[in-house]
Amino acid sequence: MAITITVNGKQHSVDAAPDTPLLYALRNDLELNGAKFGCGLAQCGACTVIIEGKAVRSCATPLASVAGKAITTIEGLGTSARPHALQQAFVEEQAAQCGYCASGMIMTAKALLDKNPRPTEAQIKKALAANLCRCGTHNRIVRAIQRAAKGAA
Amino acid sequence: MKNKKFTAGRREFLQQSGAIMVGFSLAPAAFAQQPAPKPAPLPGSLNANRMLDSWLRINPNGTVTVSTGKAELGQGILTALAQIAADELDVGYERIEMISADTSRSPNEGMTAGSLSVEQSGTAIRYAAAEARDILLQLAAARLGVAADKLVVADGTVTAGGAKTTYWDLAQNANLKREATARIKPKAPARHQVIGKSIQRRDIPGKVTGGIAYVQDMRLPGMVFGRVVRPASRRAQLESCDEAAVRRMPGVVAVVRDGNFLAVAAEREEQAIKAAYALRDSAKWKESPDLPPQGMALYEHLQKLPSQDSVVNSKVGAPAGGGQVSTVEATYTRPYQCHASLGPSCAVAQLKDDKLTVWTHSQGVYPLRQHLARVMRMPEPSVTAIHVQGAGCYGHNGADDVACDAALLARAIKGRPVKLQWMREDEFGWEPYGSAMVMKLKARLDERGHVVDWQHDVWSHPHSTRPGGPGSNLLAGLHIANPLSMGAPVNSPQPSGAADRNAVPLYEFPNQRIVLHYLPEMPLRTSALRTLGAYANVFSLESFIDELAAAAGADPVEFRLRHLKDPRARAVIEAAAQKAGWKPKQKGDGSRGRGFAFAKYKNLAAYVAVIADVEVDRRTGKVQVMKAVAAVDAGLIINPDGLSNQIEGGIIQSTSWTLKEQVKFDRQRVLTQSWADYPILTFPEVPAVEVVLLNRPDERSLGVGEGSQGPTAAAISNAVANATGKRLRDLPFTRERVKAALA
Repeated sequence: MAITITVNGKQHSVDAAPDTPLLYALRNDLELNGAKFGCGLAQCGACTVIIEGKAVRSCATPLASVAGKAITTIEGLGTSARPHALQQAFVEEQAAQCGYCASGMIMTAKALLDKNPRPTEAQIKKALAANLCRCGTHNRIVRAIQRAAKGAA
Repeated sequence: MKNKKFTAGRREFLQQSGAIMVGFSLAPAAFAQQPAPKPAPLPGSLNANRMLDSWLRINPNGTVTVSTGKAELGQGILTALAQIAADELDVGYERIEMISADTSRSPNEGMTAGSLSVEQSGTAIRYAAAEARDILLQLAAARLGVAADKLVVADGTVTAGGAKTTYWDLAQNANLKREATARIKPKAPARHQVIGKSIQRRDIPGKVTGGIAYVQDMRLPGMVFGRVVRPASRRAQLESCDEAAVRRMPGVVAVVRDGNFLAVAAEREEQAIKAAYALRDSAKWKESPDLPPQGMALYEHLQKLPSQDSVVNSKVGAPAGGGQVSTVEATYTRPYQCHASLGPSCAVAQLKDDKLTVWTHSQGVYPLRQHLARVMRMPEPSVTAIHVQGAGCYGHNGADDVACDAALLARAIKGRPVKLQWMREDEFGWEPYGSAMVMKLKARLDERGHVVDWQHDVWSHPHSTRPGGPGSNLLAGLHIANPLSMGAPVNSPQPSGAADRNAVPLYEFPNQRIVLHYLPEMPLRTSALRTLGAYANVFSLESFIDELAAAAGADPVEFRLRHLKDPRARAVIEAAAQKAGWKPKQKGDGSRGRGFAFAKYKNLAAYVAVIADVEVDRRTGKVQVMKAVAAVDAGLIINPDGLSNQIEGGIIQSTSWTLKEQVKFDRQRVLTQSWADYPILTFPEVPAVEVVLLNRPDERSLGVGEGSQGPTAAAISNAVANATGKRLRDLPFTRERVKAALA
């Protein structure tokens, strides 16, 4: 069954079961690599995308539930040639080791900054509390978000 | 080049992944095996891969291709190696293209492990590049009619007065298809221009913009999706399952049942997952309660298992002089712990025309190929293993096993490539764990407060069961109907050791005896988790040093220095103490405290001292590490920010191990299935980290990837004891444990 979703401003028709997690449609049908499979249980945040302004775990979001809603993935923020301020800040701060969590971190941070452009360090850490990083780059990630917030102000 | 890489589409990805062959010499391994005459030893990995062109190639288009057998694991190794090559060749860093870990075109450097890549691969590349530069300069000298020592090189352009040529013009005549001699001395550190700079990692722009970066992102034409169904418990035997029903499910392409090995493939990923769960739910297994007891009983159990005992180090010196001698004893424990990479293991496999290709995030593509060929009953040359990055790698995780799962599934699909990723419960349930361990320490102090006698006994399962030896160490190889057995595990000998890694103190004690009680039988499979045994051995050794300092009424930092001669060890200890403003004999206030610890990883690699500040909530038992300060001496620093990133990450990961992590199981099954069962450190719990780097330009570069974990655990342990007056000796320091200790 074909379901129409709007991702990064473009409409796509995906031929999949309605309960298919959005993550697989993004990765396999739309060939967007940013959102990652980490746990499939909405526990780690690697698959985070923004839906209608909110950071959402795409691994636990059924495709049918997001038809017609505005979905933004990290590919919708910027490219390596023209990066978004957050993406640029992650590069400047070298805020990654393996980088597998990075897209989810950036999308969660984007949702935060859209609501609260100048968050405190504690607010950033709280917003990211359910996003896991295993390499231990947390402090660099916080600095990158602060840098992006400062640059935007 | 950067941008091309990060926006790579399918075709570029294939090119990077080995579909297009380049002419690298792969003869050197055979070379090294020829019996006579025995070739002269060469530095680093050059010794086993002796052809210059197996390491680098100068391209007429103005680029240099550098090939390494080491793999990018998120540690930034390809950036560091490119820096080394750029500096030795005198070319711009941007000109260097890296090829890594591919059995069809890279040198065989075994495993990317043990914090050895800069030492082994970096040394080889440095000497190979220095020699290549010399060859190019000889050619330039001939062409320009000038003595070679009158030539000046800048970014590959060679000048002598007004005359000039370039490496790129000379490339066609430069014969690098020859054995390295290592006769050209690499540059003096004072002349380094790229080494020592915090060059930004090459892979990060792609990773933060949705570029194709990981094996998980690979898409090949006609590719299907696979999932595996593991047995219900370690030695469970499959009695029945409903394959027929699963075959009828939407999109299912194949169901494989081979002994106790079950896997499915489907056109769509979510279809493969549904099919795998249906197959799992239909399967009936014969199980037995053959796992060890949980909790503290585990450690009694470990000490009763059949063990291979060996004295790994002993020193018999002068007996204690006259006067009072006091004895201190303590037992420390560490549970089974997980790598818990954020991305479950994944591989792509394709079996076509009797040739198997696997794309894998294995740390050792050559050993993997060997074991894969055995499980598949294929000749080794028919198997190609290509490294593609995966999520964070902290040792022997599921990478090799999932490659085998994918290969077995590929055989059932006939020609189409299959991408198989483990589910989260596959990863937690079946990755090889870091071994549970028991450390018993005993020492005697003389009346001046000097250690006169030291004993360290460690009980541990193996810390390396990687592919590479006899048999097959791939999980599915144990489960198929015609199984292979795992090779008998071997504990690496001292000085690096494995289970006994860092059990030998760097301190100068007149008498010491270090005994390993090696437990080769593994009810739960164990293997290399970052630092092997060093994490637990340093945790116990450095906690015990603090216990002895307390018994001697000494300050912990002064007590360490009192027993330590190595000037580099003393320097990092003093640097950390100075940076953190260490105040001798400062007492904790009941909840806040500070702890110190030090180790030289493997007694061969980086020197790291860590000071941890903790706050203990006596009511809830929660330990919060507020801040950690580390001082590091890793010899010549290649990339300061990259080094710092490794140390920071190691401190945070070790804080997580130390405060939170343990695998849960009952007598039959592993119970750790998701992040809810295996919590790790979260943002609000992460300490601030400061790193002081002591650069030693004239000393060789030492590995840092595993330098900070052991000292961090002990510094936290010592800080908790300093804060509360209670010594915790059993990892992890969970709220329940801390609360119970303080009650």
